[in-house]
Amino acid sequence: MFLFERDTWQEVYDSLSKNKLRSALTMVGVWWGILLLIGLLGSAKGLENSFNRLFGSFATNSVFVWAQSTSKPFKGFQEGRFVQLKISDAKKIEENVDGIEFVVPRNRNQALVIHDFLSGSFRVGGDYPLLDKVQKKKMMYGRFINQTDIDEKRKVVVISEEIYKQLFEKDEEMIDEYIQLNGMNFKVVGMFETAGANMGPTDDMHIPFSTFQQIYNMGENIGFMMITGKPESDIVQIEADAKLILRNLNKVHPEDNRAFGSFNLGKEFAKFTSFLSGMQFLTWFVGIATLIAGVFAIGNILLITVKERTKEIGVRRALGATPFEIKRQIVVEAVFITILAGLFGIISGGWILIALDSAFGGGGEAVLVNASVSITVVFIALLILVILGTLIGLIPAFKATSIKPIDALREE
Amino acid sequence: MLKINKLHKSYPIGDSSLHVLKGIDLSVEAGEMVAIMGSSGSGKSTLLNIIGMLDEADEGEYILDNVPIKDLTEKKAAIYRNKFLGFIFQSFNLINYKSALDNVALPLYYQGLKRKERIEKALFHLEKVGLKKWATHLPNELSGGQKQRVAIARALAANPKLLLADEPTGALDTTTSYEIMDFIQSLNDEGKTILMVTHEEDIANMCKRIVRLKDGVIMEDVFINQVRALQHV
Repeated sequence: MFLFERDTWQEVYDSLSKNKLRSALTMVGVWWGILLLIGLLGSAKGLENSFNRLFGSFATNSVFVWAQSTSKPFKGFQEGRFVQLKISDAKKIEENVDGIEFVVPRNRNQALVIHDFLSGSFRVGGDYPLLDKVQKKKMMYGRFINQTDIDEKRKVVVISEEIYKQLFEKDEEMIDEYIQLNGMNFKVVGMFETAGANMGPTDDMHIPFSTFQQIYNMGENIGFMMITGKPESDIVQIEADAKLILRNLNKVHPEDNRAFGSFNLGKEFAKFTSFLSGMQFLTWFVGIATLIAGVFAIGNILLITVKERTKEIGVRRALGATPFEIKRQIVVEAVFITILAGLFGIISGGWILIALDSAFGGGGEAVLVNASVSITVVFIALLILVILGTLIGLIPAFKATSIKPIDALREE
Repeated sequence: MLKINKLHKSYPIGDSSLHVLKGIDLSVEAGEMVAIMGSSGSGKSTLLNIIGMLDEADEGEYILDNVPIKDLTEKKAAIYRNKFLGFIFQSFNLINYKSALDNVALPLYYQGLKRKERIEKALFHLEKVGLKKWATHLPNELSGGQKQRVAIARALAANPKLLLADEPTGALDTTTSYEIMDFIQSLNDEGKTILMVTHEEDIANMCKRIVRLKDGVIMEDVFINQVRALQHV
């Protein structure tokens, strides 16, 4: 196999090192192309990761629904009536709307929280264990609320890292410690990581739903609910269906759009996803276009090289080189120089990503999270390079052998 | 060794064509040393190129070592050139980024020989032309005479049946020319068949036979008493 022969590579080395500057310049085109491709793809990935982190703690196929005041009189009620959501509403939605995965009723309130001599006013949520499924909590210590807490209306609390920092001394043990919540002692059973940039106000601490009901005299009332659809279901349809049921149950005019407010996370997420895929397409497009331009530069310079080497090629043919051997040599040179430039490009693209990561990748508000490209992408890029290099090498190769040896020898 | 019958060749020039060779008949036996002479435009180089399979005749017959040379594909021509012929050019045509040794080894590379064997043979031929010490030097580090000797070593490397020289002394001064001719004569003494194109009478007189061309036909074809180049050196 000629590719594994020393002579083949000696020839390649000789003709490339003969003119180092020209070889280097030739490589710049492809090097730049692949550098751009890696850099862009890595940045796009970083942006995607950062979006994913933004939404990451939420099940993305979700919608938040809460009650407001009516805008139309209906069944004897005047407009402007405040509607109150109940647990039974959540149950009805779960039973009657197709394609639902969970419905999680939630309550929230502000509470004065004291631990030793430190205190603050924080947002307290009354929650079910299910919340962890919809809005993933990264537990740093202990556990999240469980069913027993709900059943026994235990006075336990799960706090965020942020609260810990404000209410506890540094390195102080917090599990099984008690904190005062509106004058009542609650046992800390877990601590979760504060989500980075998040959607809406963050929860500072969670207590069992049943406990919340009791201490705030909520009865069957709930503040809002999170509805999560199955991955394959249409969240916009679920939102519409759920609101229709809510209007029915609460004697609200069917066309009253103000009575129930909602925020459709799934819809927003879809917007971002299509933005991201658009960007990725653009990245590939720009990257590959640049790559092709680079490969054409190689073809161009090889063409000039071949022109310069016309006489040499004539001599080689007089000495018994077959046209195939000449072509093969030129194509090998083209592919070799393309791959070499590509490898340099991949390496320096990696450096660019490292630089991007250290510049924009740190902290909770990072623009680019883990900007990177997968090995598969790198191999695809290399494969494209090999194919393009071969194709572009064929042009000067055919040019080189299209001249008769006698004409080539006459060339001065 | 070599037999040519009624060879014709014309080149297109614009709309008309230039009839360069108008029916050449020539036969050369093994061991001959032939000078092809003629003024420029007489067709001597064209004849040499056709014999060298660098160019193809329009009409006529060409038999080399009992092999009829016709319907040449580029590949076939390349293989014949490699097997039968050694070329010596006026401007040496060494590959300037390859050492003397690598230049000499090049035809052997195209013969498909292993590197070790190539180097061995190439060194042998470089020694023969007295340039073994210069093996690692690049062509531009050599004098004109040395370059031509490297080129001769290269032509000899593949052990060709026929050595073709196109004005081998054309780019050299008189003393060096005679040195080169002395060497070519010694090759002929060893039995190599040599065909050279020249327009210098003194160089032609160092061959054993002179073929004079004029306007595409052979004017004169005589065997002469060879002048030994050594007498002049």
